[in-house]
Amino acid sequence: MLLSPALAFSAVLFTLGVLGVLMRRNAIVIFMCVELMLNAVNLTFVALAQSLGMGGQVFVFFVMAVAAAEAAVGLAIILAVYRHKQSVSLQNMNLLKDG
Amino acid sequence: MTGTAVDQIWLAPALALLGFVLNGVVSLARPRAKTLVSIIGVGVLVASSVVAVAVFRSFVGLHAEEPVVFRYWSWIPVGTLQVDFALQVDQLSTVMLLVVTGVGSLIHLFSVGYMKDDPGYARYFAYLNLFVFFMLVLVLGASFPVMFVGWEGVGLCSYLLIGFWFSEEANANAGRKAFIMNRIGDFGFMVAMFMIFWSTGSLDFVTVFAHAPTALVAGGTSITAITLFLFLGCTGKSAQIPLYTWLPDAMAGPTPVSALIHAATMVTAGVYLVARCNLLFAMAPVSSAVVAGVGALTALFAATIALKQWDIKKVLAYSTISQLGYMFLAVGTGGAAVSAGIFHLVTHAFFKALLFLGSGSVIFAIHRAYHHTHSQEDAQDMRNMGGLARYMPWTTALMWIATLAIAGVPPLSGFFSKDEILTAAHVRGQAEPVWLVFWGLGLVAALLTAFYMTRLMLYTFHGPNRTGENEQPHLHEAPWIMTGPLVVLGLLSAAGGLVNIPELYRGGAWLHQWLEPIAQPSAALLPQVHLASGTEWLLVGIAVAIAIIGILGAWRLLKPERLVPARSAPAERGLARLLRNKWYVDEIYDALIVRPLVWLSREVLWKQIDQRVIDGAAVNGAARGARALGWANRWLQTGQVGMYVAVFVVGVLLLLWRAMS
Repeated sequence: MLLSPALAFSAVLFTLGVLGVLMRRNAIVIFMCVELMLNAVNLTFVALAQSLGMGGQVFVFFVMAVAAAEAAVGLAIILAVYRHKQSVSLQNMNLLKDG
Repeated sequence: MTGTAVDQIWLAPALALLGFVLNGVVSLARPRAKTLVSIIGVGVLVASSVVAVAVFRSFVGLHAEEPVVFRYWSWIPVGTLQVDFALQVDQLSTVMLLVVTGVGSLIHLFSVGYMKDDPGYARYFAYLNLFVFFMLVLVLGASFPVMFVGWEGVGLCSYLLIGFWFSEEANANAGRKAFIMNRIGDFGFMVAMFMIFWSTGSLDFVTVFAHAPTALVAGGTSITAITLFLFLGCTGKSAQIPLYTWLPDAMAGPTPVSALIHAATMVTAGVYLVARCNLLFAMAPVSSAVVAGVGALTALFAATIALKQWDIKKVLAYSTISQLGYMFLAVGTGGAAVSAGIFHLVTHAFFKALLFLGSGSVIFAIHRAYHHTHSQEDAQDMRNMGGLARYMPWTTALMWIATLAIAGVPPLSGFFSKDEILTAAHVRGQAEPVWLVFWGLGLVAALLTAFYMTRLMLYTFHGPNRTGENEQPHLHEAPWIMTGPLVVLGLLSAAGGLVNIPELYRGGAWLHQWLEPIAQPSAALLPQVHLASGTEWLLVGIAVAIAIIGILGAWRLLKPERLVPARSAPAERGLARLLRNKWYVDEIYDALIVRPLVWLSREVLWKQIDQRVIDGAAVNGAARGARALGWANRWLQTGQVGMYVAVFVVGVLLLLWRAMS
């Protein structure tokens, strides 16, 4: 396998995820971008596991498990916010700011 | 432990403390239970004086040269500073113990009658018992700190009792004045203690006096400083120049308090302190001269003021200051004169307590008469008295005894003690002429003493009565519970001299022999001068002549018939006015010290330092700074999660960049 293209691809994926989190307003999209970043990291783990041993591949399972749990909690929060405000845009989430 | 009654010394202060606790509880729970309060208040004092007598008798039997010290518990163990709570029984402390409990008991008894109708009766006795407790701690303490506890405690009780009728502002102010004046003196006492510990490594009397001759250079700077600071403490507590002005104001308290605290016991604490430390003072000739000089000067100065006071208690207050001056002249002279000073302390306790209690009887009678007729006249002004001998024969006779005693008429007690002081000053004057000046001052003061005391007696008890037509039928002798203690004090004033008849009259000079172990260390340091007996007789003759000139002079010069009641009296002029206004010392202190201090406190410390610097710059400044910082940084908190993430990402990139390069 080619190590460098895999790492380059994961870097691109990660950057896309970061940019998505930074630029998008929709909570669902931001959430998806976070997942994208997690999967970019997973790809790095798998790629490096080829040369550095199986530890990285085991770690990927942990990341996926945590990501699943996080998805459950995150989607539940977004649902609750939507019920409360009829919107999932993060621009409206500024209750703590004065004035 | 000696296996005798001396071991029970702790009972004497403990009983007084018990009285305070019980009376304190009663005053809070049942302030009207006056019989109970009287039984507790007088009972503990009588029990305490029984203990005192028993301790004294056993101690005489021991023939102890060294003090007997009882260590009860370790009080301040800090490194090399080891202070135990310890009591010391020796020749000096037993004499003081007997005076405090004996005179104290009589005055407690008198108070039962005098304070009978006062709503604060229980509180009064609680304070009085507490005072006796602290006074006993003061005279029995075996180290400077234990003594200091008593010293401060009696100051507290003095404050509480001067301001006993605190609902009148003048009384409360008098209490505060006494307290603050004493703080100045206490500062001196504390500095002296620090220096004593620094140079001898201990604060126990026994150890300090054992180490002092080797640890300190006689006549050196440090011993002089130590003794002068100690004496500063004494001038505060014992009302000497320059800190005496609180004592006349202290007369605002009940009269028995003036007798007990401000005449017989507390104010003599300074004399006791100098007598206790007579070794240290003998090692510092400059300080000795200062003590004796201030004493002699105070004796004269206060006597001049007493000449022109109209308030009967003020006369006695200045007389007390003057007599305390004699005691300091004696203890400052050192050596054998220490016992003369203590002798005068004892006899003065008798006759001055008698004078104060007698004046209490007079005030009691006049006050009651004015109370009957609802008059607002001053019951303490001698211009409102006169001719009381007809109404109060017992008080008159007893006060005459005390007057002759204080004037120094033989063979009453004051004659022996005052004569011994003047002789001692003259003896030391043979070696150091400055003492002859002190002797001269003392002699003039003795003349004035005889004069102002006779004046007090003439204006109070003789001549026509000026109390008022309506009041005269209400003037009576005080009840027996008040005259009883007066009779006992009268006997003591008359016969008190017997404890120390000097060898000149083939007496045993018992008190002098008894205090020998106390005065011995300083006597060893002083030059030995012996007067020819012819000179001694001459000095006695001069003293007696002066007393008689003073009394007869007052008798001839003063005309009680010409006095008018206080409300119609004209203002004095010239020297009389100067004396009437006490040489304007209070006004001078007010202008030189009090007002500048108040101005400094108000205009600088309060309005500038406190309001501007501390409140303005420090406290509010810190708050303003925090608010400004928050205001400047609030733009960071936009509430936009995107914004936070962006900052976060930038931060991570910066960290990565740092790690890479």
